Amino acid sequence: MVLPEWLAEPGLNHFLVVSAVLFSLGLLAVITRRNIIMVLMGIELILNSANLNFVAFSRYGLLSLEGHMIALFVIIIAAAEAAVALAIALNIYNRFGSVDVEQISELKE
Amino acid sequence: MDLSAVAFYVFSLLIIGSAAIMVFAKNIVHSAFALMFTLAGLAAFYALLYAGFVAVTQLLVYVGGILVLILFGVMLTTRGYFEKVRTRTVALLPSTIFVAIIGALLIAVFVTTEWSKMPLEDGQVTMTGLGELLLTDFMLPFQVTGVLLLLAIIGAVLMASRARYPQQRSHPDNPGHPEGDPKGPQEPGQDPQQSADGDKGSG
Repeated sequence: MVLPEWLAEPGLNHFLVVSAVLFSLGLLAVITRRNIIMVLMGIELILNSANLNFVAFSRYGLLSLEGHMIALFVIIIAAAEAAVALAIALNIYNRFGSVDVEQISELKE
Repeated sequence: MDLSAVAFYVFSLLIIGSAAIMVFAKNIVHSAFALMFTLAGLAAFYALLYAGFVAVTQLLVYVGGILVLILFGVMLTTRGYFEKVRTRTVALLPSTIFVAIIGALLIAVFVTTEWSKMPLEDGQVTMTGLGELLLTDFMLPFQVTGVLLLLAIIGAVLMASRARYPQQRSHPDNPGHPEGDPKGPQEPGQDPQQSADGDKGSG
């Protein structure tokens, strides 16, 4: 099986294309789904696509170990963000009886 | 076609396929498990990119931590014991077109740009290098991240433990809502169809 050269040798562009597709799917989840936890999962997907870009540039581009460090910090911030956002989602559920983002339209009683 | 190319295509299929399942699945628990496969595939990608420590961190923090947290969130925010965990999807067609345009734009930019390249060699990335970098150049972000994590944990515990279940919300110490109405007084112009699926009163 003879493959063209750009297909047989995955390089920087291949990883960037995968990351762009992941970003688009995460954005689609954030826009279309109405469950607040689903929106949170879309945000995690977007953060992961950014992380993949950092690591791919550190492998092929000019970022060397700094890319890995930034990816680690992004993972840490994502963990903190998920904890706080799920606590907020729990509070919203207790307040409104639902986690549908369109029904959360009051600020204060 | 060497082994790393095969691994790349297998794992990219896994990542994109399970991410698509995550976005389009009707059941949110299926979405959470599809997200697990996406995150594990991304860890394999990091290993392919010579980022072994990031791969292990991804597995530990994302698959072991954040995903379990999300599943707990799914469990705690559904009413009753046997309710079907389903979510609504709105405006699928226009947002799909919008997102496809954004994705095509990103891919076009990524493919057409001439990136300046300086590839890493295998074995150039070591735990020693990462550790030295963490305690020299990244010292301040490292310390600040520790404080941030402490703040996030305290904040999350405070917010989550202040919460009560909706069955107890019409307790005498919370006089703002009438009995049994979880949303307070209904807006007069509100569409009754809108609150039909998720909001059947607090029982």
